[in-house]
This record gives sequence, structure tokens and C-alpha cells, in this order.
Amino acid sequence: MITFQVEDNQGSVRIIEIPEGINLSLMEVLKASEYSIPATCGGMALCATCHIEVKKGLESLPAPKDTELDMIDTLPNATALSRLACQIHVTEEIQDALFLVKGGE
Amino acid sequence: MFKDMITTDICIIGAGPVGLFAVFEAGLLKMRCHLVDVLPRIGGQLSEIYPKKPIYDIPGFPEVLAGDLVENLRAQIEPFKPTFTLGEKVNSLTRNEDGSFILTTSDETTIQCRVVVIAGGLGCFEPRKPELENLERFEGKGVVYMVKDPESFREKNIVIAGGGDSALDWTLHLAHVAKQVTLVHRNESFRGAPDSAEKVAALARSGKINLLLNANLQSIQGNGVMNSVSCVGKDKQVTELEADFLITLFGLSPKLGPIADWGLNMDKQAIVVNTLDYSTNVEGVYAIGDINTYPGKLKLILCGFHEAALMAQSAFRFVYPKQKLSFKYTTVNGVNAF
Repeated sequence: MITFQVEDNQGSVRIIEIPEGINLSLMEVLKASEYSIPATCGGMALCATCHIEVKKGLESLPAPKDTELDMIDTLPNATALSRLACQIHVTEEIQDALFLVKGGE
Repeated sequence: MFKDMITTDICIIGAGPVGLFAVFEAGLLKMRCHLVDVLPRIGGQLSEIYPKKPIYDIPGFPEVLAGDLVENLRAQIEPFKPTFTLGEKVNSLTRNEDGSFILTTSDETTIQCRVVVIAGGLGCFEPRKPELENLERFEGKGVVYMVKDPESFREKNIVIAGGGDSALDWTLHLAHVAKQVTLVHRNESFRGAPDSAEKVAALARSGKINLLLNANLQSIQGNGVMNSVSCVGKDKQVTELEADFLITLFGLSPKLGPIADWGLNMDKQAIVVNTLDYSTNVEGVYAIGDINTYPGKLKLILCGFHEAALMAQSAFRFVYPKQKLSFKYTTVNGVNAF
């Protein structure tokens, strides 16, 4: 199992467990877990509505590609910890990470 | 200014692919359509978010660019002469005693129709706003989220915030219009078009514009009308900029908007419909495409096309209550324009 934590915009933290080897992005897992992120573009790193902050475990993630950085740069509330959930794959690399959901309503 | 009321058979809210195709299906049944969209052009998210991305699941097109699909849909519905109100948001929906509807937009355009079709996708695309304490107090009094008329900034002190292409493009344009332009960006460099970024850097070097990098907006000052904007740098240094206007350009994000207040049954930001004809709980109001929900719903353009066809067959009875509908293939009669 891959275990990580998700904090919503009210400050409530949930532990999420996902079986290994599943071919999903973090955005898809967040949507399936009922977090209110629009994910308008469906995962192409073109809308930035799945904006998250990686509060713990950022150094373990693969570096963002240019398209992701371009979109993050358009956000008014981006920080040095900002990523797009659609560009993060659910693998062992996110084990024990803590994600803050920022893209929701 | 008084505007004439627009009268049509069907008013379609949302000019994305599904809203556009609904014009075709309605047109085959001799029903006229007027489309309203908050964006200034047709195509919805296909035009706004991914015009250059290929789509692979449109029947008959092994691959089609989103922008090309919009253009093809425009050509396909052209014989039915749809009319458009673009760049305006539908704010209210009311019903007359005779069963017709009146829609009113953000710019006071009014539309009278027999049937309302909501094809609003994920909602209205609205500008993303920075998180500033008193931002809304200064909306229309110095704070703007899009440039409609560049001339309104002539000889004014302007602060532009943002790091994308539109922030760069408007900085380049307004540098020759405004008295002073300051571009505020949270990073050290720009990720927008390299050519635009270099032109902005050159204008800054020559003193034509003021570039404030590694800085974020912090607060807005003014007594009724904005007169300055404060920014805070990564080094915590605060800079106060004299400003008549603050233009924030942080892209667009969809919001459901006023639709939520029209008495329609909703489930998680989507309109609940009957799959018989994609009607809502309000008679004469239909919802098609990504904005609706029903058991087994798939948010696909092709599903929205199907929903548009069934909606049109059902809507016919409201537009032509005394006529009997007979189903015809386009291969038999062709597309008979109005």
C-alpha cells in the first residue's frame, strides 16, 4: 500500500491508502476521494485547477516538467511548494507525503 | 443604454461544442437558437484551454485539434443562422405567465425564449483572483481582471500582476499607452513566450517600464478609489506603488455561478436530468454536456452530442405545441436552412 496524507482547505487531514501499481495520478485519486477539485482539463496540465502544495515529501517527487511549471506560474497563490496533482503519479515516491489541496472551491 | 429584447425559440447557455451542436439538432426541427457565453469567443474550454490539443474520440475523426473541431461545428450550424451574445454571463432566469422564459445577462441583455438549454460545461470561466483582504472593495474602482479597452488606461499609473503570456503581452501593449507600467511577478524570470519575455526585459532596461520580480501583491490602499498597491518581496521588503489601476492576470477558472440559484435539482455542482430527454426538474429547461449528471454519466463531447439530439426532439413540443414531430434523416432531406 502507498500511504499519504491530504489536508483540505479547512485544515482537516486524512490518510489515504492506495494499492501499489495502480496507474492513477494524484488528481484522479483526489477526485475519487471526493475533494472538490474541478480538474477542468482532465489532466493535461493546462488549467491548474488541481493546484496542491506539497507540505511534506517534495524532495522525493520527480521534478516538474515545463508545462506544469508554466501553469503554476499563472496562479496568484502559488508558492515554492506548489505542484499540479494531475502531474504527480501515485507511486512509492509519494509514500508519507502531505499534500494541501488548494485548487478547490 | 436600453437594449432591444432578443426573441428566439431556444436560448442555449454555453457556446462550447455541445451548445454549438445543439443548434444543429434544433435547426433540423426548425427551431431557432440564440447562444450566450461568458467567454468572448465560441468553443468553451476547447478554445480557452486546449485549442491545439488533438482529440481522438470524436466519431469519424481519428484525430482532430480542439480548435478545428470548434471551427467545424461553427460551419456545420451556419445554415441555421444562430445568434450570439458573447462575453456576457446569464445572471437571471425568470418565467412569464405564458410559459416563456426571460434571461438577463451581466450587461443587461434580455432574451425571451420558449426553451432554455444549459450547456454550461463546468460553469462560467471567471478570472482567478489574488488573495488580498480588501480586493473586492476596489473592483471597478481600480482593480480589473481583464483588459477590455486599452484606451481606458491612457496616461494612468498601472500595476500588472502575473507571470503568463497575457501579463507579458499586456505589459508590452500598455507600456506605450499608460503613464507608467509596473509588472509584478513572483519569480525571478518569466516562463511565457521567450520573445515577449525578452521584449519586457528590454523595456525594463530602457526604463520604459518598471519590473518588480520575486514579489507578490500584499495590499491595496485607497479611500474609496484605489491609489496605491503594496508588494512584498521574497526578501520581505515592501514596495508601495502609486497606481490608478491594478490589472491581475492569473488565468481563468470555472465557477458554477448563478445557475445554482435557479431552482434546479443539483448534485455536486451538476444539474440532475432525466435521461429520457435531458430535461431538468423545471419544465422547459434542459441541461446537456458536462454540466448535467445522471447514473452512468460520462463527461465526453460525444455523449453531449447525443444528449443534444434527444433534447431537441423533446423541446419541439414547447416551440411548436400544435405540431406533430416526424423524425427525418439528414440523408433523406439534407440540411434545410431557414
